[in-house]
Amino acid sequence: MKARAFSYFRAATIDQALDAHARAGEDARFIAGGQSLVPALSLRLQAPRLLIDITHIDELRGVRRDGGYLRIGALTRHCEMLSEPLIAEFAPLLHAAAPFVAHPAIRNRGTFGGSIALADPASEFPAMTLALDAEIEIAGPSGSRRVKADDFFVELFETALQPGELITAIYVPLFKADQRFAFDELARRRGDYALVGCGMLATFTGDRIDDIRISFFSVGNTPMRVKGAELTLIGSSLDAERIAAAQAALEGDLAPPDSDEIPPAMRLHLARVLLGRLLGRLCEGE
Amino acid sequence: MSGFDETLPDDADETVRVRFIVNGRKVACEVAPRETLVDCLRNALELTGTHAGCEMGACGSCLVQLDGRAVHSCLMFAVQADGARIDTIEGLTESGVIADLQAEFHRRNALQCGFCTPGMLVNAHELLSQVAQPSREDIRDALSGNYCRCTGYEAIVDAIEAVAKARSEGGGAS
Ligand SMILES: Cc1cc2nc3c(=O)[nH]c(=O)nc-3n(C[C@H](O)[C@H](O)[C@H](O)COP(=O)(O)OP(=O)(O)OC[C@H]3O[C@@H](n4cnc5c(N)ncnc54)[C@H](O)[C@@H]3O)c2cc1C
Ligand code: FES
Ligand code: FES
Repeated sequence: MKARAFSYFRAATIDQALDAHARAGEDARFIAGGQSLVPALSLRLQAPRLLIDITHIDELRGVRRDGGYLRIGALTRHCEMLSEPLIAEFAPLLHAAAPFVAHPAIRNRGTFGGSIALADPASEFPAMTLALDAEIEIAGPSGSRRVKADDFFVELFETALQPGELITAIYVPLFKADQRFAFDELARRRGDYALVGCGMLATFTGDRIDDIRISFFSVGNTPMRVKGAELTLIGSSLDAERIAAAQAALEGDLAPPDSDEIPPAMRLHLARVLLGRLLGRLCEGE
Repeated sequence: MSGFDETLPDDADETVRVRFIVNGRKVACEVAPRETLVDCLRNALELTGTHAGCEMGACGSCLVQLDGRAVHSCLMFAVQADGARIDTIEGLTESGVIADLQAEFHRRNALQCGFCTPGMLVNAHELLSQVAQPSREDIRDALSGNYCRCTGYEAIVDAIEAVAKARSEGGGAS
């Protein structure tokens, strides 16, 4: 299939992009890496009249420290999550997740901001922003705001973004010496979307977990924190019994929808297996 | 697709002029914004070594280098590439940078119909320029987005592994 005809505008600044969108209204789309949008246009799942190319906006680029946060520009490519030293040092969970996102050539184009904006519940990065307690910086016609990841993902492919608003950056709290992280996913083949995936970030005092955020993807309509499991772990050290309790808590946290691919009970089972593995790795202090 | 076109907005199939450097040569052409890079390369520039398979990012037969990195030419519109440097399989062949890979693919029967081969070579070239001695697992990982309906992949992995070895031993392959 070929895309429906549209006009194309290459924006040089955030203001130009917002302005072009405001004037075109519902019928415009921002395009970043295009790795999700172009197939959607080619299949005619979407048919906007105007594409606003945001990839030449310098303000959306770059990774830098900003107070207690790492500010990751929306246009940061998936491949840069692997190559950028600041990400490896201060947001190692994103660095660990990146090799699982699609295939190398798609990682060369796809952007962090695009992945968060799309909010695919099977995607790695949206779920990791939840585990990291990250904040999404949004620019719109009425100014700029920051939304916590916890409040950003609303429903299936639905986020706190309003039509015509642009993600400008994602702020991730800097990784600290008393923290540990773990990430993994179960997929049929490398590069495929996961059957179930999970990432976590925990703060320790010695062996005791002071705080932990655990986030799953491919388990429902949005990326999801599992607060019941988190609560069973906070304040204790990780032993086999605690891990089993956390696994059991998943039943209350997750209600995977019925899908053609795998039945809900199997997805829940895979989630338990994955949680057990990852907590085991945290325990080893990885 | 022409049946759909009655419903197009009036002005939308206007063409725009784009310029890029394709295989080292400056090129300008008129494209409709909805024309993908792969269509532009194949139809306007008659560089048919870049193949169009699934046209949705799944098969990897359309890979080209954009500013030195492997990308799917079905996953971008030609207008987005305005000002960029594009190297297709034809350019990589002419310059000789993948001659050893090509020879080794040939020698080991790493292609049959050849539909997937340009994409395989673009990806293999990128892998070997980043990792001098990839494991078989690394190679399979790098090719995870490239479908081959003929070879069963084993010979492709063998060929890339052999070239990596030969290159790091100082000579070219075979
Ligand atoms: C074969 C294949 C396999 C893939 N596998 C995976 C995978 O395993 N895991 C995974 O996570 N992803 C996967 N992807 C998707 C890929 O990661 C995309 O790059 C990503 O989802 C979207 O980023 P993008 O920059 O390409 O966005 P685009 O495709 O350009 O845009 C996607 C949407 O987000 C909007 N948008 C983009 N940037 C912004 C912004 N800054 N502000 C507001 N809105 C914006 C666009 O308007 C559009 O609606 C795969 C894609 C393909 C083709
Ligand atoms: S044609 Fe581009 S990936 Fe299949
Ligand atoms: S050789 Fe025929 S598809 Fe690979």
